[in-house]
Amino acid sequence: MALPNPALSQIPDSYKYGWHDEEMKPLHVMKKGLNAQVVEEISRIKHEPEWMTKLRLKAYRHFEARPLPMWGGDLSAIDFQDIYYYVTATDKAVQSWDDVPDYIRRTYDKLGIPEAEKKYLAGVGGQYDSEVVYHNIREDLEKQGVLFLGTDEGLQRYPEIFREYFGTVIPANDNKLAALNTAVWSGGSFIYVPKGVHVELPLQAYFRINTENMGQFERTLIIADEGSSVHYVEGCTAPTYSTASLHSAVVEIIVKKGARVRYTTIQNWSANVYNLVTKRSTVEGDGVMEWVDCNLGSKLTMKYPSIYLLGERAHGEVLSIAFAADGQHQDAGGKIIHAAPNTTSLITSKSISQGEGRTSYRGLVKVYPGCKKAKSTVRCDALLLSDEARSDTYPYMEIDEEDVTIGHEATVSKVGSEQLFYLMSRGLSEAEAAGMIVNGFIEPIVKELPMEYAVEMNRLIQLSMEGAVG
Amino acid sequence: MSEQLEIRDLEVSIGSKKILKGVSLTVNQGEVHALMGPNGSGKTSLAYTLMGHPDYHVDAGSVTWKGENLLKLTPDKRARLRVFLAFQYPSVIPGVTVASFLRNIYNAVHHPQQPSPEEAGKMPRYTGIPLAKFRKLLADKMALLKMDPAFASRYVNEGFSGGEKKRLEMLQMAILDPQMAILDETDSGLDIDALRNVAEGINATLSPEMGVLMITHYQRMLNYVTPQFVHVLLDGRIVMSGGEELSHQLEANGYDWVRQQVGLPEGVTDQAAEPEPVGQHA
Ligand SMILES: Nc1ncnc2c1ncn2[C@@H]1O[C@H](COP(=O)(O)OP(=O)(O)O)[C@@H](O)[C@H]1O
Ligand SMILES: [Mg+2]
Repeated sequence: MALPNPALSQIPDSYKYGWHDEEMKPLHVMKKGLNAQVVEEISRIKHEPEWMTKLRLKAYRHFEARPLPMWGGDLSAIDFQDIYYYVTATDKAVQSWDDVPDYIRRTYDKLGIPEAEKKYLAGVGGQYDSEVVYHNIREDLEKQGVLFLGTDEGLQRYPEIFREYFGTVIPANDNKLAALNTAVWSGGSFIYVPKGVHVELPLQAYFRINTENMGQFERTLIIADEGSSVHYVEGCTAPTYSTASLHSAVVEIIVKKGARVRYTTIQNWSANVYNLVTKRSTVEGDGVMEWVDCNLGSKLTMKYPSIYLLGERAHGEVLSIAFAADGQHQDAGGKIIHAAPNTTSLITSKSISQGEGRTSYRGLVKVYPGCKKAKSTVRCDALLLSDEARSDTYPYMEIDEEDVTIGHEATVSKVGSEQLFYLMSRGLSEAEAAGMIVNGFIEPIVKELPMEYAVEMNRLIQLSMEGAVG
Repeated sequence: MSEQLEIRDLEVSIGSKKILKGVSLTVNQGEVHALMGPNGSGKTSLAYTLMGHPDYHVDAGSVTWKGENLLKLTPDKRARLRVFLAFQYPSVIPGVTVASFLRNIYNAVHHPQQPSPEEAGKMPRYTGIPLAKFRKLLADKMALLKMDPAFASRYVNEGFSGGEKKRLEMLQMAILDPQMAILDETDSGLDIDALRNVAEGINATLSPEMGVLMITHYQRMLNYVTPQFVHVLLDGRIVMSGGEELSHQLEANGYDWVRQQVGLPEGVTDQAAEPEPVGQHA
């Protein structure tokens, strides 16, 4: 059916962040490819302490030794020697948008970040290719001892905290892509919230890849000390290129006794990005960790935010939305490890496949022996928008304790022609009707997002629909 | 000239099955027509064809509305020409609240998005009714239909009783303010109180500018909303037309009487003359 809206039909692939900043003049571009010298060179440019250089090299050897994962998505097309591992436009992060180079500033303006910072954020970070270009936090929080800075700056200014926690949740010899991140990481956010401090408004970082064949390997470390709370939001975009870029981030989160962390991701990568991210958190007694993970775009996403419930009554939640447009594969889910009694968890996954898009839910719930009264509920719902769309569920359970309550539910549904007709008879175009059905489907998760992000999420879904119906 | 829905010799099939075998009917602005007929006679098929359901294939005939060929338009375009269908079986839209749904459809019909050329390629700018104004409109219409305001925050038709579904259809009609309304068995599945309630809602929404085609299986709805014209659909054809008195004759004599009058063989599964059991579905 014809689109009612001529403007939308002109967007080639319904991807609204697809511009490329022509003017970018990189300060450092390391030649393509990876070897031990490249790893050392990155560490040298950053003036890092020796322990970090050694850790990078150790991780690099591990990356070399390990095979690519054979499950999940198809990674065989990634040529690790055809990637830029370090590209930077600036050499320091500034604290005022006026000091950000004009062309980068324009990018963030287009994304609406400076405006958002004024209105409803407690702090903002912006990363452009390899380096953080902007970081700022509200003064009152800074006074209470909250740290929110680029990870590189964190290493320089707070080496003790850093060395105590860095690589403790995701070590240098973890999976191949996490090891790659440890070897070549650059940028990301470093957050420390002192005991008992509650950061009421979200802290946000925005990651943007601008260089073709670029690898972005940001590294985020969040420590919420006892009884504190913080909500961190990340957004990610990249221009549309003909060849692939790689985004392979590592996020480590330490939730201490009675602390609470929510980590929200809304990413809309262009269709040529491999998005292979390792996110993991440890939670001490009475602590709460929540991953809210909204994945749109990319060629392939493999991401399973994990929560290790280490102390009694710790609680973990993974809320995941995956939207696979035509030709995309979203392999997403979550992992919860119950390692203490009376721990509770919830995984809610909502996936949507469009055209020949493919979503997979891949999840693990593990309960160690002796973790009595552990409780876990897993719920996966898949919505198919076409006959060619595909959805699979791989729910792994390893339960080594008898005294537990475990629930699992999965549904698959297809957008029905009767539903579409009903909505179209009320004046909605076919794309608007499908968008409304999808937005209703993800509503239980979207209502957990801050208002502005919920609105953005609904618009992104609507745009994806306009692009697909023709 | 007044607005007019003109159906001429309409033949419709689903797959290889012929359902409407030549239906002609004209509804003028301000007229209320009742279309009656036993189960399976093709009433819903006619309603769906008028609204543009993609499964119903028009083999012959024409439908014009305000002089336009309605049949070549998609359902959304028909809605924007202010044609409305109250469904016999409305769909459930999980996760979408009644309020947000109604605001979206109000905007779709009354403020379709028309971005200016310089906006091409950007996000469509929101041009609909301001939120406060819409809330007022919704509150007014819900009061008119005597609906509990809490209804607005429920998800569309999810867990609704038969009566609630029909009332939401009436609320949609009140919000969209159509010029041609087709009501498909809006009276079925209602107990006597719900029926009176819905009928009052219809009467409150009707206007002299509106044409109405009221599809019903039973006569009882017509005690509340009086038609000027009554038509009987049997086996895909309108076999009898008359004034309001025809509905009473139908109730007294049943559809077999119609078959005898027009020389059709008797129907076997025809129970339409019996009043619908009351209170069972509400
Ligand atoms: N989707 C469909 N596929 C096949 N046959 C259908 C379909 N919808 C309706 N029919 C058939 O068309 C005829 C008319 O049905 P319908 O228009 O629903 O009648 P009514 O509304 O008068 O009860 C019936 O014989 C019914 O079985
Ligand atoms: Mg019917």
